Amino acid sequence: MNVMYFAWVRERIGVPQEKVQTKAATVADLVAELVAREDRYAAAFADISALRVAVDQELADFDALLAGVREVAFFPPMTGG
Amino acid sequence: MQVRVQQAAFDPGVELAGFAVGRRDIGAIVSFTGVVRDTSGDLRHMMIEHYPGMTERAITGILDQAVARWSLADALVIHRFGALEPAAPIMMVATAAAHRAEAFAAADFLMDYLKSRAPFWKKEVTLSGAAWVAAKDADEAALDRW
Repeated sequence: MNVMYFAWVRERIGVPQEKVQTKAATVADLVAELVAREDRYAAAFADISALRVAVDQELADFDALLAGVREVAFFPPMTGG
Repeated sequence: MQVRVQQAAFDPGVELAGFAVGRRDIGAIVSFTGVVRDTSGDLRHMMIEHYPGMTERAITGILDQAVARWSLADALVIHRFGALEPAAPIMMVATAAAHRAEAFAAADFLMDYLKSRAPFWKKEVTLSGAAWVAAKDADEAALDRW
């Protein structure tokens, strides 16, 4: 699965995207796996209420299922316009 | 209908002059241009990051809603990314409809949704450092109007 990070989430984790091998059932499970890996993930995901997630380029919830999903992206609330 | 996500600068006047030209079924064109504002007095540039692929999908989805809800004859969204100078246009929307109420409402709706539902992030780079622009609660609350 391709996992992408934007804005300050990208800066804290240190890469814009990476391939992740996971059996996580939900986005929240994936976050828990990443947080357990290294401090930089724990720093980025310290407060998930401050984050948004997109699953296959559609906005989703943290309880969204990951079966068949190719791309997950984490980012702060958007500031377009 | 047109959605453009681009790094290059654009001229809102030129874009508007070429919008909905010759349409005999419209009575109103509304446009909005968002400009890089220097709130600190020492802004070097506004860095705009986006999510290629999702950005176009999200904007197209928002535009489709507006077109259907206000029976727009035409609509245009341009949004830049990259390093933008103070006073440069960041983005614009234009709407064309039979009557002005529909054209104004659709442009207002597009702006509210582009602000909070299109995957862009702004970072202010000033002479003294750089900081991400935080989303405002009021921008999220504005979506409830629709």
